[in-house]
Amino acid sequence: MSAGREGYILEGIRRLGSVALFLARLLIQCVPALGRPRLVVYQIYNAGARSLIIIMLSGLFVGMVLGLQGYDLLQRFGSEEALGTAAALGLLRELAPVITALLFAGRAGTALTSEIGLMRATDQLTAMEIMAVDPLRYVAAPRFLGGVIAMPLLTAIFSVIGLYGAQLVGVQLMGVDRGVFWSQTQSSVDLHDVTEGMVKSLVFGLACSLIAVYEGYNAAPTAAGVGLATTRTVVASSVMTLLLDYVLTAEFL
Amino acid sequence: MTSPQTAQPAVTASAADAVVAVRDVHYAVGGHEIFSGLDVEVRRGRITAIMGPSGAGKTTLLRLITAQITPDRGQVSVFGCDLATLGTREIYALRKRLGMLFQNGALLTDMDVFENVAFPVREHSDLPEALIRKLVLTKLQAVGLRGAAGLTPAELSGGMARRVALARAIVMDPELLIYDEPFVGLDPISLGVILRLIKQMNQALGITSVIVSHDVQELASIADDSYLLSGGRIAASGTPQQLRSSDSPAVRQFMTGSSDGPVPFHYPAPDYATQLLGTDEP
Repeated sequence: MSAGREGYILEGIRRLGSVALFLARLLIQCVPALGRPRLVVYQIYNAGARSLIIIMLSGLFVGMVLGLQGYDLLQRFGSEEALGTAAALGLLRELAPVITALLFAGRAGTALTSEIGLMRATDQLTAMEIMAVDPLRYVAAPRFLGGVIAMPLLTAIFSVIGLYGAQLVGVQLMGVDRGVFWSQTQSSVDLHDVTEGMVKSLVFGLACSLIAVYEGYNAAPTAAGVGLATTRTVVASSVMTLLLDYVLTAEFL
Repeated sequence: MTSPQTAQPAVTASAADAVVAVRDVHYAVGGHEIFSGLDVEVRRGRITAIMGPSGAGKTTLLRLITAQITPDRGQVSVFGCDLATLGTREIYALRKRLGMLFQNGALLTDMDVFENVAFPVREHSDLPEALIRKLVLTKLQAVGLRGAAGLTPAELSGGMARRVALARAIVMDPELLIYDEPFVGLDPISLGVILRLIKQMNQALGITSVIVSHDVQELASIADDSYLLSGGRIAASGTPQQLRSSDSPAVRQFMTGSSDGPVPFHYPAPDYATQLLGTDEP
């Protein structure tokens, strides 16, 4: 039993080291990858623009729920005019970065992992190595950078749409005064809150993109291997996002 | 790791002629020995066939030659450089001088045929677009697929994909071309085309070729030298004709395709009767 647990811990440490080494090699390759903006821009489009619909829809619904729940809660204390503040702070600081990261892991992360994993399984990465092209530079680095850049942008869009959704329910449906809603929001949100959300989303972007690219790059070159790697991307990204969220929140408060 | 930096006088006579020299290579994966004292030499300007049954380590040998893996013991030299002494940068420089055709083509799926062939050129040179276009079209013409330049890899048949991959492998004018199982899964017409192309690349462009395959008939028609891999070492070598007239049972079994011989039909198993009639233990 203890031997099994030891093996488990050792395997965990080995994986951590392997991810760290991979990150170091990846970051070195990011410099030349930035010299080919076309590849990076395409990956921002791939990870970012193609996730827009799901991000906007989710943002709208999350905002609407926030409006409804927030209104119900606040009107018990007779302070429904604080709805704008509650929604804006909740979205900017917590909900937008976290939910965007979770959606990103499910939408873009899995796509990255399975794409790179399939390239591995069909010898495309090996072929690049034989053609003296480092696949880390050509395949992994642009995708990593694309994810890192796309995440804060998606988070910002999520916040805006979410706030609009909260306003839609709170003001149009529940009858909170529009002027009060926006002026409360304006006066209570400061740059610090926006920074917190953006820093979080940048960190989540780094973590989720790294996990997606790493799992794809190291997937076993079989159908089952790519499937397993894709699953691992979602699980690891989600857990990592929530864990990092706690750490960052504690840091910012 | 050993560092055999001193030149070995015994082999220098033929070394000038050898593009690839594999000497006394030992290689094991997870305790399972794949090579135990392997010696292979590929001579300049010739087509060298490496044959052997499935699982004999043919693809592993290619991975050794292309420096994807390093041997546990022994020496692999390509273009006269001992691969063990080279750093990553030098290995990449060396790889620019060789081309490799993968079993399934390994074309990059996110670009079309033209871009696939242009890929190594774009990565390794600053040639103007017009010149790249001419270069790529010439290579595609050589494999008969100039008309397919706009297709995506998904639209190609297996044989066409392999021809595009061949065009990509020769676009940088390599000195050494490595073919991994080039005949697997091809219809007779595509097979004939590939055979003719391999011969043509060798004769017209003077490219040294290494072919790894188990298709004895096809190889015999084009190979200048052949090696038969078996049990982790070279079981026989020589021209295909010499191999065919060999009286070694291992060589005979492989060349004639008999199901039983030194390579047994049955995977090692406990006694048949005992297992069938014995207890119901799995």
